[in-house]
Amino acid sequence: MAASNKEYNTGNKNKLLKSVWREGKCWLYLLPALAVVAVFLVYPMIKTGRMAFYTKYNYIRDIGSGFGLKAFNYVLSDARFRQALINTLIILLVGLPVSMVLALGIALLINGRKKTYGIFQTIFFLPYVTSTIAIGVVFSAILHSEYGYLNYILSLFGIKGPSWLGDPKYSVWSLIIFYIWSGLAFKVIILLAGLKRIDPQLYKSAKIDGSKGWRTFRRITLPSLTPTFWMLSIVSVIYVFKIYNEVVALFGGSGPAEKAMTLTYYVYDMFYSRNQVNYAAAAAVIQFALILVVTIIQKVVTKRLTYY
Amino acid sequence: MKSLKQKKRIVDIISLIILTIGAVIMIFPFTWMFFTAFKDTPESVHTPPTWFPHNGWHPENFPKVFEMAPFGRYFINTVIVSVLHAVLTLLISIFAAYALSLLKFHGSSAVLMFFIATMMVPGEILIIQNYVTVAKIGWMDTYMGIIVPSLASGMYIYMLRETFMQVPIALHKAAKMDGCSDWRYLWRVLVPTSTSTLSTIGLLSFIGQWNSYLWPLMVTNHEEMRVLTLGLIRFNAGASTRINLQMAASLLVVLPIIVLFLIFRKKIIEGVASGGIKG
Repeated sequence: MAASNKEYNTGNKNKLLKSVWREGKCWLYLLPALAVVAVFLVYPMIKTGRMAFYTKYNYIRDIGSGFGLKAFNYVLSDARFRQALINTLIILLVGLPVSMVLALGIALLINGRKKTYGIFQTIFFLPYVTSTIAIGVVFSAILHSEYGYLNYILSLFGIKGPSWLGDPKYSVWSLIIFYIWSGLAFKVIILLAGLKRIDPQLYKSAKIDGSKGWRTFRRITLPSLTPTFWMLSIVSVIYVFKIYNEVVALFGGSGPAEKAMTLTYYVYDMFYSRNQVNYAAAAAVIQFALILVVTIIQKVVTKRLTYY
Repeated sequence: MKSLKQKKRIVDIISLIILTIGAVIMIFPFTWMFFTAFKDTPESVHTPPTWFPHNGWHPENFPKVFEMAPFGRYFINTVIVSVLHAVLTLLISIFAAYALSLLKFHGSSAVLMFFIATMMVPGEILIIQNYVTVAKIGWMDTYMGIIVPSLASGMYIYMLRETFMQVPIALHKAAKMDGCSDWRYLWRVLVPTSTSTLSTIGLLSFIGQWNSYLWPLMVTNHEEMRVLTLGLIRFNAGASTRINLQMAASLLVVLPIIVLFLIFRKKIIEGVASGGIKG
């Protein structure tokens, strides 16, 4: 009796140990990923959030004190930060819609090709894999006011092109030209994938119903593509909030009179070049808040879209 | 009927013309970079500009670039950093995806949600504190400092978990019956059956690291730790009127990736289409 009881106990203990070990093993497998995320994502998020509210901060000793909106006040009244916001807004209102429409048109045309589908897909995708920095350097030569190709082509039509990179008035437009060119690749690929996912059965039944061309496009292609198009718009909006490499490659800095300033550039510059760490943190927090708002809007509307 | 066919043909030709014009605009910067890399300096800044070299080919531009800046060193650094990034990303993602797909434990779905949530955090806002952390750890001017902060990607872990989930559980049970340990099952069964997703992740993280600029810029001070993109921007500041040399240097950055892309075209496009992150 006693013996069997003891046996029962150790069996239970073994079982417990085994399950503890099994659980522990899982966490062991997760450890590398969790460690990296904890140290280089969660911690800096919290820390940057705190930094932004310091009223005093000693960068060298990494000691801050106080709690207030001083850093936010500074950043929001800084002309350079305003320039970054204005540029972001212009790109959102002009560059983004133009590139979305272009991408949609190109994707629809490529989708209609049979033999040349692969070739065009490959060509339009090339700017995605190649370094934005390197191609931006190529664009800075193409946009050069004297020996650049763009102004040469404009001169063939009798137009005297401006100093794209030298004149502060044109900084953001140069940026938009390059942004549209380099961002097209990703958008076209995502839209092509969306078009591929449309059930061919839908087209078949439309044909049987005698629906053709434009009607089919409006009744089937466009509605089926809406979720993809929506998701892509959000990703693209978020990308605009983070533009940086394009600026450095084109201008080698923040442009003439800092007119090509962007949000990420501002954060980097405040932190790395000016050592104003809590100002940089405040700018980063504002940037994150803007992105978060867009993400939340996406979540809400996506739910509606899937209902519909 | 005939007129409909003709109409279709016309539409077809128009679409081909538009796409060809678009394709020329996309390809032009690449071809111009390539040809200009072989021009002499006067021709590269000539007005009107030339597309194809007129003053002969000058392959000596390339040795000149290597003379003016340590591009050999930049190149080696970039290769090391990109390969390491791909390999370590794969390892970390394999482990995490394995734990989240097959092994049952308390809070596994919460952990999965957590990794998915990390995708929403833009890396750009983390650079301030990560710089301080890397400096404290003593990883300034090291390969570890360049790669480690971006190793754990919620995207890749999620992608891989989905792939692992598609392997039938019966297989796992059968393997266990035969006395196969979890560890062995992972490497003998799961990994070999998921090579397609694994190679996609490897390629995308390799390319991402190869093209990255801002983070390597922040954590490297010494010339011998710099990568190609950094070297290129610095080189241009010094060679501002020598467009031919700038293009030769740019070609060095871009060409390996173009070759890689042409070889693994399908894989890369599929990977980006299923979970790309750049706009």
